[in-house]
Amino acid sequence: MKQTIAAPPVIRLGTDYIGKPVSRVEGLAKVTGAAKYAAEFNVPDLLYGYVVSSPIAKGKITRIHADEVLALSGVLQVFSHENVPSLAWFDRSYKDDLAPGGSPFRPLHDAEILFSQQPVALVVAETFELARYAASLLRVEYAAEAHETDIEKKRDDGYEPGRGKSGFMPPPKPRGNPNEAYKNAAHQHEAEYIHLAQHNNPLENFATTVEWLGEGKKLNIFDKTQGAMNVQQYLTKIFGLSKEEARVISKFTGGAFGAGLRPQYQVFLAVLAALALERSVRVSLTRQQMFSLGHRPHTLQYLKLGANENGGLEAVHHAALAETSQFEDFTEVVVNWSGLLYQCENVKLDYQLTKIDANSPIDMRAPGAATGSFALESAMDELAYKAGVDPLDFRLLNYAERDQNMNKEFSSKKLRECYHQGAARFGWEKRNPTPRSMRDGNWLIGYGMATGCWDATQQKAAAKASLTADGHLMVSSASNDIGTGTYTIMTQIAAQTLGLPLEAVTFRLGDTELPEAPVQGGSWTAASVGTAVQAACQALGKKLLKLAQQLADSPLQGAAFEDVQFVDGVIRLNEDISRRVGIAELLDASGEEKVEAEATTGPNMLKQQPYSMHSHNAVFVEVRVDEDLGTVHVARVVNAVAAGRILNPKTARSQVLGSVVWGIGMALMEESIMDHGFGRYINHSLAEYHIPVMADIHTIDVVLVEEEDDIVNPLGVKGIGEIGFVGVAAAVANAVFHATGKRVRDLPVSLDKLL
Amino acid sequence: MNSFTLTQATAIDEALRDKASHDNSAYLGGGTNLIDLMKENVARPTHLTSLHKLPLSQIERAPDGGLRLGALATNAETAYHPEVEKHYPLLSQTILAGATPQLRNMATDGGNLMQRTRCYYFYDLATPCNKREPGTGCSAIGGYNRIHAILGASEQCIATHPSDMCVALAALEAVVQVSGPDGERRIKFEDFHRLPGERPELDNTLQPGELITAVDLPEKGFAKHFTYLKLRDRTSYAFAAVSVAAALELDGNTIREARLALGGVAHKPWRSKEAEALLVGRPATVETFRQAADQVVKGAVGQGSNDFKIELARRAVVRALKQATEMNYELDENAFLNSNP
Ligand SMILES: Cc1cc2nc3c(=O)[nH]c(=O)nc-3n(C[C@H](O)[C@H](O)[C@H](O)COP(=O)(O)OP(=O)(O)OC[C@H]3O[C@@H](n4cnc5c(N)ncnc54)[C@H](O)[C@@H]3O)c2cc1C
Ligand code: SF4
Repeated sequence: MKQTIAAPPVIRLGTDYIGKPVSRVEGLAKVTGAAKYAAEFNVPDLLYGYVVSSPIAKGKITRIHADEVLALSGVLQVFSHENVPSLAWFDRSYKDDLAPGGSPFRPLHDAEILFSQQPVALVVAETFELARYAASLLRVEYAAEAHETDIEKKRDDGYEPGRGKSGFMPPPKPRGNPNEAYKNAAHQHEAEYIHLAQHNNPLENFATTVEWLGEGKKLNIFDKTQGAMNVQQYLTKIFGLSKEEARVISKFTGGAFGAGLRPQYQVFLAVLAALALERSVRVSLTRQQMFSLGHRPHTLQYLKLGANENGGLEAVHHAALAETSQFEDFTEVVVNWSGLLYQCENVKLDYQLTKIDANSPIDMRAPGAATGSFALESAMDELAYKAGVDPLDFRLLNYAERDQNMNKEFSSKKLRECYHQGAARFGWEKRNPTPRSMRDGNWLIGYGMATGCWDATQQKAAAKASLTADGHLMVSSASNDIGTGTYTIMTQIAAQTLGLPLEAVTFRLGDTELPEAPVQGGSWTAASVGTAVQAACQALGKKLLKLAQQLADSPLQGAAFEDVQFVDGVIRLNEDISRRVGIAELLDASGEEKVEAEATTGPNMLKQQPYSMHSHNAVFVEVRVDEDLGTVHVARVVNAVAAGRILNPKTARSQVLGSVVWGIGMALMEESIMDHGFGRYINHSLAEYHIPVMADIHTIDVVLVEEEDDIVNPLGVKGIGEIGFVGVAAAVANAVFHATGKRVRDLPVSLDKLL
Repeated sequence: MNSFTLTQATAIDEALRDKASHDNSAYLGGGTNLIDLMKENVARPTHLTSLHKLPLSQIERAPDGGLRLGALATNAETAYHPEVEKHYPLLSQTILAGATPQLRNMATDGGNLMQRTRCYYFYDLATPCNKREPGTGCSAIGGYNRIHAILGASEQCIATHPSDMCVALAALEAVVQVSGPDGERRIKFEDFHRLPGERPELDNTLQPGELITAVDLPEKGFAKHFTYLKLRDRTSYAFAAVSVAAALELDGNTIREARLALGGVAHKPWRSKEAEALLVGRPATVETFRQAADQVVKGAVGQGSNDFKIELARRAVVRALKQATEMNYELDENAFLNSNP
């Protein structure tokens, strides 16, 4: 390619997108219905499967009267443990990437009932209505056995779980002498904090459509999931399919909040039926059935805090007991935060599980941290009152400059700025410290605050970038977008890295045929996939530079990659921006159809090893409580979040807004009521499982405190999907105490507890 | 859900005949309750007589000077009807305190009266329920009963009637206009819904085949001093834990006439005539209201998870009466919109 091309005119396209409030790139598709969700793929000749769920919590299926239902015309099959074809023999084949320790639930495997609402059969028919009707007629006989679903009755059977689940860190060993320090503390506080189970309840119902393309051909599996790759590896192991045969597609996900981290039983059932019947099959779950997909576990927490005369924290003891199923040890990090968030020399942290006859819990937004922070931050508030220190000052006084759990520096930590900026925005100084001292007619007014913390992690991920002659850049990775804004921020990163206009860039995700990516969760997607996208685009940039240098009289002759910048559609020298080559012209001149590059990235262990990496927030809440009637309104929330670099303040703000709404829900209304007589969640509908409605939400003010951090990952991002939720429930409960003088230690703070 | 046939009736006679000529049939109003129950297999009619085409959606002056609400008028049309807003603002307020705009656009006034309890167990076929299947037992007794009755319950059933609208209709002494195989009849609102007693499967006194054609409101609308106070677990789109409809006629500070009805506490909208009697002739003070409130909850029994409702009901009655006294709708038309805690 020895030709010369003229330098393009200078046009300010403004291709610096990172940090700009770019609107969702998939927004139009979503609001016009062009974005299709798992249950919306209307493939030809579709069959419908309807799940039959167990009414009992424990026992055995003794008989299934499938013949009665099969007699209905249009019903094709009733799948149950009686006729399921032999599948993978070992239960470890059912382990997905996020499976905790133990033996995973195997749908329709045998006659054993392990939890109420367990799927016991799948009725497949020509129409959805017929499948549903037939399912209602299916008589299943059971031999029920005595169950126990009450964690209170299993308090004495607690045990320390193993590491089991990826990402789980058991509590660190005790440090100092917590018992002694507590005994000698000038101010002591000891209490138990409780919340019942909660369910993720994403708006989109769980569903899978399996498209059967013919004998020996692949299956297109449209699934609602947070991780297409995880679902694929699960299915291939169980059904003995190759990766080519099991293509999992999940381009749009209507929320999941953790419920989609593990393959759920509808995908298993849909694939089972499609393979057995050699037809396309859809299985969708009802809202009621979704109460069997896992939950935030009912957890009992014991807190013991001691402070000296000056309010310095002397002793922390935090112990948690959480439920898990009989078959798996679901674990989450509940107590570790209590050794991390405040400076304290004497700390003891315990975490135990106890088994009940319910399905395994599952990660639910900010798993563990939401639970632990409620107890710790409520207890900190209580101790602040005892020590006569303002709750904010109390936290500043005990600010941790170092991670004492790991004995490491923080890679960055602007929590102090969160406290200051949040308090200023909120007007914390107007707070009268005395409970019940602020009112407006019947309304008691309360100010409360709390702190949150979450991990900043990066996972291994791959991405591919492909620039075609028409100037269009396609970037892809098998990641997922559960509504968080992944499509948008990846498009921004790619466009900026190669200096292309946003409109010239498309990002693809949610397909196992794309480069490998981790499940969308843990707030790690921006860091993990973002880094891979950036690296793939940089690799592509290097190829472009090489091409540019092959031009005759190339203005970029001899320049290293570091010497050039990709801006406004050109490659130009840092030192002399008039020496430039237009990317479009370059592609034209090169005659290449397309230029491609791939990259796989992961955390830089060497660089990160000496550091502790976390995001933080400070939440300030004003509540108004009706003095006589106990109704609580969260009038105002200021949430100041430090989560590294903010890629897109608009989508980031949305994440924090949603988090605050979640926090208000957790604080005031969410609870899954287990009727222990039946061993069954009894309020299993959105009419009776309450989440906030618009009328419950008033002013929410999000403060994004930016941090520079080149240790967490090259982009400097920490992730923002979860941190905004941590601490909100405690801040609300603390505000309610300030308003009323009543301390509610068992969530939710419903009106009956304030009468 | 089972499959079913459906007829669109265009006249009352036709609807009555159509329903009678099909076994296991039901009338279909807005469908917001019936269809849900069918999806859950709680109701399994094999034939529906749709009422949509009946000429019963008008709201007009009744012969006796009151207002007649056609059974097919939607909850939204009723709440926003100028006559209702002007003369029966309490009714508007109760309707708007219920459900959501979408539901109120679909739900009919006749259907609202007939809606069934929201008892968790009634909805869940995995659990026994005397109302759904007489004789199987009541799972709510000894179970989770936060939304259950504190007044008028029986050992067979402790469910509540979930309607907001009906609380106002009870307070306003509405009359239900009915057509049936044996002709027309009028049912006083207090006689329309019933207590569970030994027959929890019966929510009301409507006879098989009978059709609600209208709800009549008497002339007196208590349009000056009234309140509907609805206490619930979230600010909208939740059924009442306890609700109170209070309507007063004042002469200076003296109560001339009083109406008091509660929702969320019993198998029917709970009107307390004893408490009303106690109010009449007395000064409108908190002390008077407290006595009335004590009277309302006299004999109330908690079932465990709903024990709090007894105290909540007491306080709610006091607050509602206070709000009704302080409100003057003739002077401030927006007053009721801002009155809920
Ligand atoms: C999620 C949810 C939340 C809700 N929240 C509230 C709330 O907060 N407060 C509240 O008051 N309500 C609430 N509702 C209930 C709602 O008000 C009722 O569903 C509605 O009023 C029923 O009216 P419909 O016309 O849709 O009745 P349908 O569902 O059509 O019928 C209900 C019953 O009435 C019978 N029927 C209907 N019309 C007639 C007639 N003319 N004569 C004789 N029988 C008849 C039917 O056969 C059926 O048995 C809620 C409902 C839902 C689904
Ligand atoms: S309270 Fe009534 S509706 Fe509820 S379970 Fe008991 S009998 Fe059934």
